[in-house]
Amino acid sequence: MKRFLAVLLVCVTLFLGGAVFAAEEVIRIGANLEMTGAVAAYGQMIWEGINLIREIVGDTALGKKVELVLVDNKSDKVEAANATTRLIDKENVVAIIGPAISGSMLAAGPICEEKQIPIISATATNPLVTQGRKFVFRACFLDPYQAAAAAQFAREDLKAETAAILSDIAQDYCVALGNFFKEEFEKRGGKVVVVQHCKTGDQDFSAQLTTIINANPDLLYVPNYYTEIALICRQARDLGYEGIILSADGADAPELFSVGGDAVEGLYHTAIWDATKGLNEVGQKYIDLYKEKYGKDPNMFGALGADAYLILINAIERAGSLDPVKIREAIEDTENLDVVTGKVTIENGDAIKPVVVRKVEGGKFVFVKTVTVE
Amino acid sequence: MGWNAFFQQLMNGVSVGSLYALLAIGYTLVYGILGLINFAHSDVFMLGTYFAFFMIAVFLLPWWLSVLIGVALCAFVGMSIERVAYRPLRNAPRISALITAVGVSFFIENLGLVTVGARPKGFPRPDLMKNVYTILGARIQGVTFWVPIISILILLALFYIVYRTKVGMAMRAVSRDMETTRLMGVDVDRIILYTFALGSALAGIGGILWACKYPQINPLMGIFPGWKAFTAAVVGGIGNVVGAMLGGFIIGLAEILIVAFFPGLTGYRDAFVFTILIIFLLVRPGGLMGEAIREKV
Repeated sequence: MKRFLAVLLVCVTLFLGGAVFAAEEVIRIGANLEMTGAVAAYGQMIWEGINLIREIVGDTALGKKVELVLVDNKSDKVEAANATTRLIDKENVVAIIGPAISGSMLAAGPICEEKQIPIISATATNPLVTQGRKFVFRACFLDPYQAAAAAQFAREDLKAETAAILSDIAQDYCVALGNFFKEEFEKRGGKVVVVQHCKTGDQDFSAQLTTIINANPDLLYVPNYYTEIALICRQARDLGYEGIILSADGADAPELFSVGGDAVEGLYHTAIWDATKGLNEVGQKYIDLYKEKYGKDPNMFGALGADAYLILINAIERAGSLDPVKIREAIEDTENLDVVTGKVTIENGDAIKPVVVRKVEGGKFVFVKTVTVE
Repeated sequence: MGWNAFFQQLMNGVSVGSLYALLAIGYTLVYGILGLINFAHSDVFMLGTYFAFFMIAVFLLPWWLSVLIGVALCAFVGMSIERVAYRPLRNAPRISALITAVGVSFFIENLGLVTVGARPKGFPRPDLMKNVYTILGARIQGVTFWVPIISILILLALFYIVYRTKVGMAMRAVSRDMETTRLMGVDVDRIILYTFALGSALAGIGGILWACKYPQINPLMGIFPGWKAFTAAVVGGIGNVVGAMLGGFIIGLAEILIVAFFPGLTGYRDAFVFTILIIFLLVRPGGLMGEAIREKV
């Protein structure tokens, strides 16, 4: 029995030693993503994008293999916080690609701040996400910037005098966009005649839409996620709304067309990029490889997931070390880095780049113009 | 709010309510006969939409045939659930059956997430359901006309089955006293199997009609409609089929009107529905049409 125990001990020691040794050979990066739940499509698209870009630029940094550790946060704030703790404490990652949506990112941020591990979200656009935080980053622009661009486009290009807003009160992202849009739209001389709310997972919007149609606005702003946008457009048209509908980057998912069908024709939305043409070499390669692999146009979420990965890898290379604090400094210093969606500069944790406006025509998004807020 | 807008809101409410009503009938039917709240009902509802979806989108069958196959598959699934999950617990305490029902519900939901994925799919609808008609200034979708008609037809069919057939007679007997019915030579297990087939077929029909109104299906789509229909069944008096329909309309109207009149309370839409449930459970647990609960001697 004693001998058996001794042998066992030796085995365990060897195994543990081996594990520690192996851990030094790879760079572990966490991915805390929405693989199931209400916005599963976002997380899955980001995951696709990350894996695709690894095929293009390779999966190494500083000569070591980069290993991704994926944890599903189920589109839930609490699960997102738990996943973050698990990635840092149990999986020993040096950096994390964070949740797609603002609410979950707001839950994950403070944990990374406390444990000093940089986290970068591909698509969380609420300003609070990075505010006052040193270790929290994003690869996309902010809600106020996007909403201001939308309001400017609505007033200057669409010539809308009056607007209604129907936003999702359960999502920080939607509430913020709605508020910033209202502010900017009224600052530019327009009038927001009615503001209505819905809640994630609602399938019926007939009551809100009836009230909105009764107020007869030129434009309806729906800064929500794709499922709600598709159903809102459908029901708005069924209830007889004939004005313009404008939404934000949450509209960018193929489900918008499969669920919305002809009701989403003519819908405008602000976006982070246009998938038909790459703005640089890596962008074009990404688009080509995506089309080759999946046989359809790439989406914004995947592209930003790839961007987040590129920003991280680039920062690790420049930091020249796996010290999370040094990586954090290198991310903050990112300037004019060529990523999939164009050139990105990081300032106070946020990415800076122009806003794209697109319109749905013939069951797909068509580029309209880029907007730089004046 | 003008008369037109108000009438439109009323129609919106009736339209949602009729769907809840249809679902609530399924809950009430199984409860009335077995005394079991079949929480998996809302998931069979979801399965119905997926079965029909795959028949239409993958096997390219005509719409009516897809619906028939979808409903038949739902009945089959319902029977399987009864056979596998509920029958072994027939003589166990009621709470065990209830917990199993919740377990079956989670099982189906997660099975759906794994097999078809969490991303929603667009449900193809026939023109009959999606055309919009204008009546007295209110715009109403085709499906809103069909749901009450189908519900009444189903109700008539149910009354026929329960009161005019031998199986129905056996069902009523089982609901009174299972043991005595068994002693009378009735194959109780088979009767219960039929009850589940019937209830699940109703869930399937409800699911497909729901998808005609909200053409977006995902594996978790049944949860909220299921809870609300259950609330409707309790409000109407669980076990009472007419009460279930009445409850469905009340819940649907309440939900729409609170959003229409108090836009600030939109976030409490679901909370409001469940508040109604709690009030009914406290004040009138038998529901609107239900009999006062009598203990069997």
